[in-house]
Formats: sequence, C-alpha cells, structure tokens
Amino acid sequence: MINESRRGFMGKAFGAVAAVGAVGSLVAMKKSWDPLPSVMAAGFTTVDMSKLEANKLEIVKWQGKPIFLLKFGSDMPAVEKRSVKVGDNYYSVMIGLCTHLGCIPAYSQGSKQFKCACHGGEFDAAGIHTFGPPPRPLDIPPFAVKDENTIVLGESSPEYEALIASLSTDNNIA
Amino acid sequence: MAEFEKANSIGEWFDQRLNTSGFWRIMMTEYWIPKNINFLWAMGALLAMLFTLLLVTGIFLLMYYKPDVNMAFDSVNYTIMQEVAYGWIFRNIHGVGASVVFLVIYIHMFTGIYYGSYKKGREMIWLSGMLLFVLFSAEGFSGYMLPWGQMSYWAAYVITEIFGGIPFIGDELVIWIRGNFYVADATLTRFFMLHVLLIPLAILGAIVFHFYTLRFPHVNNEEGEFFDYKEESEKYLAGDKKESKVIAFWPDFLSKDFMVISIFMIFFFYLVFYHNAFAMDPVNFDKADGLKTPAHIYPEWYFLWSYEVLRGFFFDIAGISGKSLGLMAFGFAQIIFVLLPWLDKSPMVKPANQRPVFKYWFWLLMADLFVLTIFGKLPPTGINAWVGFYASISFIVLFLALPFLTKLEAKMVGGK
Repeated sequence: MINESRRGFMGKAFGAVAAVGAVGSLVAMKKSWDPLPSVMAAGFTTVDMSKLEANKLEIVKWQGKPIFLLKFGSDMPAVEKRSVKVGDNYYSVMIGLCTHLGCIPAYSQGSKQFKCACHGGEFDAAGIHTFGPPPRPLDIPPFAVKDENTIVLGESSPEYEALIASLSTDNNIA
Repeated sequence: MAEFEKANSIGEWFDQRLNTSGFWRIMMTEYWIPKNINFLWAMGALLAMLFTLLLVTGIFLLMYYKPDVNMAFDSVNYTIMQEVAYGWIFRNIHGVGASVVFLVIYIHMFTGIYYGSYKKGREMIWLSGMLLFVLFSAEGFSGYMLPWGQMSYWAAYVITEIFGGIPFIGDELVIWIRGNFYVADATLTRFFMLHVLLIPLAILGAIVFHFYTLRFPHVNNEEGEFFDYKEESEKYLAGDKKESKVIAFWPDFLSKDFMVISIFMIFFFYLVFYHNAFAMDPVNFDKADGLKTPAHIYPEWYFLWSYEVLRGFFFDIAGISGKSLGLMAFGFAQIIFVLLPWLDKSPMVKPANQRPVFKYWFWLLMADLFVLTIFGKLPPTGINAWVGFYASISFIVLFLALPFLTKLEAKMVGGK
C-alpha cells in the first residue's frame, strides 16, 4: 500500500515535470520557426512614380512581393475605391499576386487585363477579378503618398485606410 | 547468467549471443506468404529497393548540395551535374527514382484496393500504408524545392499558400511555415532539414511498422481466401509443400521478388540513362525568380490528380467561393482514401472483378483518376476547366456513393 502510493506520487511528479518540459519545448520549437526579426523589419520601399508610362506595367519589390504599379492613360477612367491619385494621375497600386493561389498574373496592354496563367483567373486594370477562381480583387499594399511623384510602400495612410475600408464592405457582396 | 559454451564457428558465436538463427526463422524461413499470388505482390519489395536507392543516392547528393538561396541552384546544376564525378548519375537516379517510386506506390495501393486487402482485419496495413503515402508525398514535395529552379519555387509557393485557406489562422500559418512573407532562404533551409532528416526518419519508422502490421492478418491472396495459417504451415514444414497453401518468405517468396526486382531495375536504369527528361522539368533549369511566375505551373505527374481536384472548382457555388470549394475538395481527396476500409460496407474480400457492384466503382475510379491526371497537366481554360470540374465532382461523388453501393452489394451476395 505504501509502495503503491509512493509509486503513484513518482508517476505524478514525473508527469508534471514532463508536461512542463513538453509545453516549453513546443513553445520554443514553434518560435524557432517564426520569421526572424530581420525579416519582420524588412520594411519600406520608396517609389518614384514620375518614371511610369501610361498602360505600361511597372513591378517593384516590397517585402519580397511583387507590387504592380499601373499608370492610367487618358482613355482609362479612374475606378472609384481602387485607383490611387498621385499628383495629377491615377494609378493602380496592387500586390501582384493572384488572390487564388499567389501566382503573378501577366498584364496584357491590348486588352488592359491581368491574366493568371496558373488557374486562368482574370482581373481588369484596376485589379478587380472578372473571371476564374480568384475570390477577391488584387490586394492593395499599405502605401502613403508623399508628394506629387512619390509613394512609400509599407507605410499606412488615410488614403490607404479608406480603400481598405471600402474593400471589406464591397467584398462581401462580390 | 546463462552458461555459454565455446562457439565452434562465428555464426554460432553470434547465435549464442543474439539468437540469430531464431530471429532468421521468425522473420524469414517461417514467415508465411500465401502461394496464390502474382507479380503484383512483389511491389512491396520493389518499394523497399527503391527507397534504399533514394537513400543512398541522397547521401551522395548531400555531400555537395548547399541549402542556400544563392548557392542551391548552382550546387545542383553546376557542381553536382558537371563537376562531381558521376554526380549526374546520382541526381538522375534520385530524380527518376522519386518519380518511379510513386508509380509503384500507386500500383501497390490500387492492387490493395482491387483485391480488397484493406478490410476484415487488414485495416492497420491499409492505414500504415496510407501514412507512408502521406510521408512520401511530403518527402517528394520538400525535395522538389531543393534544386531552387522556377518550378521548385512556384510549387513551394502555391502549396504553402494552400494553408492560407484554413480559417482564422491561415495567413499567419503560411508566414510561419515559410519563415518569411514569401518563399525565401528560411523556407529552403527548413524544407531541406525536413527532406534529409525528419521525414526520412519518419518513413523508416513507418516502413518497419507497415511490415509489422502484416504479421498477424497476413498478406492477402488472389482470391481473398481465408485459411488456417498454422495448419498450412505445418503441412509445409512436414514436407508437403505441394498441398500447403503457404510458402516461406525466404527463400520461396523473396527469390521471386528478386526476379521482379531484376526486371524492374533494367527498366529503371533504362529510364535513368535514356529517358530521364520526364523527371527533369525544363522550366526547373531556370533559377528561382520570385517576381516571375512561369507561364504554366503544374506539379509532377503523381500529384496531378489531386491538383486538378484543387483547381476544378473555378466558380462560386451557393455563396461559397471557388477557392474555398477547391480547398475543401482537395482536403477531401487527401483523406478519403484513408477511410476506405470503413467506406466499403461489403463483407466480400474478393478481387474487384468478382464483386458485382464494386467492380464498376473500381474501374470508374481508375478512369476518373486518369482523366484528372491528364487534365491536371493541361492549361485550365475553356473546355478543360469544365472537364476538370466534372471529373472533380465525379471523384467526390464516387467516394460518397461507395458506402451505399457496397451495402447494396452486401445484400446481393448475402453476407458472403
């Protein structure tokens, strides 16, 4: 009887030590897979918009992602809640990853469309999905308009917040 | 301690200490295999052989491969392929072997389905086999990333992105798996670790377990016949090998396996030397570029059917987005084979052609997987998208219908 309870105590003591050790190990293992601080801090990309030509896609890199910058020509009307005004011109500023599974759509200047080769998704010049499996328009990265030629990617701004806010409500309908 | 007499030979010396003769008897000369089988029963030994080849060639590749985004591509395509003496042959065997191992896994798996080798006591064989299939899939996927070509990169991108479809935690989970916002150095190095250490260890363990699961229910036979192994093995041991329904694993069964392995190896090395292009996608000889998606992305042939199920749903149905439907269907396709022993409600353990209902189901499934595989490779536009959609729906319907079809069969055959 005494032996039984002693063994029971040893079992519980081992169980408690093992449980603490297991939880600690799992936390450490999970954290070791987290992105490194240097990755998290990789931050802001400044873009000079004056170099862009109308209806010609420019791609810059931000946080390893391709950012689509498309200057609208005079024949391309600005799209409400999607286009970004910098200086006197309107632009599409979008993360260039298909919202289906993250491939990079190609821009066709003729049809003014983005087409994703992976699964056939299509978007218009403003990044709104028009065909195929993409569930939503191309995402808009955080941006801030600094002056008539410059935007900074990665920094939030009232303009950006306004676009995102309108998106989240529109998206439910689409 | 037991008394040890002086050994008369090296063999006896080990036998005294390790009981090698007893071990050999239990594992080999008195491990019983039914006589009534055909060459399809050699696929297990073939897979063990192929895994060994992959392990050995992998060890040699490991000596020159560099898991770093700046060095990986050149370490494979320049160092291993051009500088290392016979490096190319190790890579070709490894690449072709990875592809062919899936061919044999599928033959092995569909042999099991055809002969009903997953039920009436053989459930653990099936489950451990499916575990091996999952592990081999993870091993194939992680290994495909290592050459760091365009297909490596974009396959890694698309597949990790799939986890983004999990509700609530999806986006953060993807970043956690990648160790970055995109597929980057951290991703390559951790998948390298998975490919060369963690998953192979798990595979080795699972193989041992898979062998063990065969021990008590025994391997199935061509007619699905159940008989008394003790009785039959006694006949065999008494010398009545002709009447006995069983043969010994060694030397009877394995010697025939070695014959099949020999023929297969000639075919295999023919592929390695003369037809290795199918396992070496030309797109993957362009270095990974995170800013340029290849015009058309597709996985290796053995993942095409489930890839086609993933992208088969390209439009919204009942308010659920095509993307979510595709992910749900993909998840379904990944787990549904595991549940086969419980979806098949018929008590019959017979080859499919002797089962009145199951035979149609089996060949329909084969045809559907064939269509999914073909269209998984084609661009998903126009009519292709619709074929993919209906083939994906058919896949799901086939499995949902299986319990009802096999119940019907059970009624027809009256519990036989």
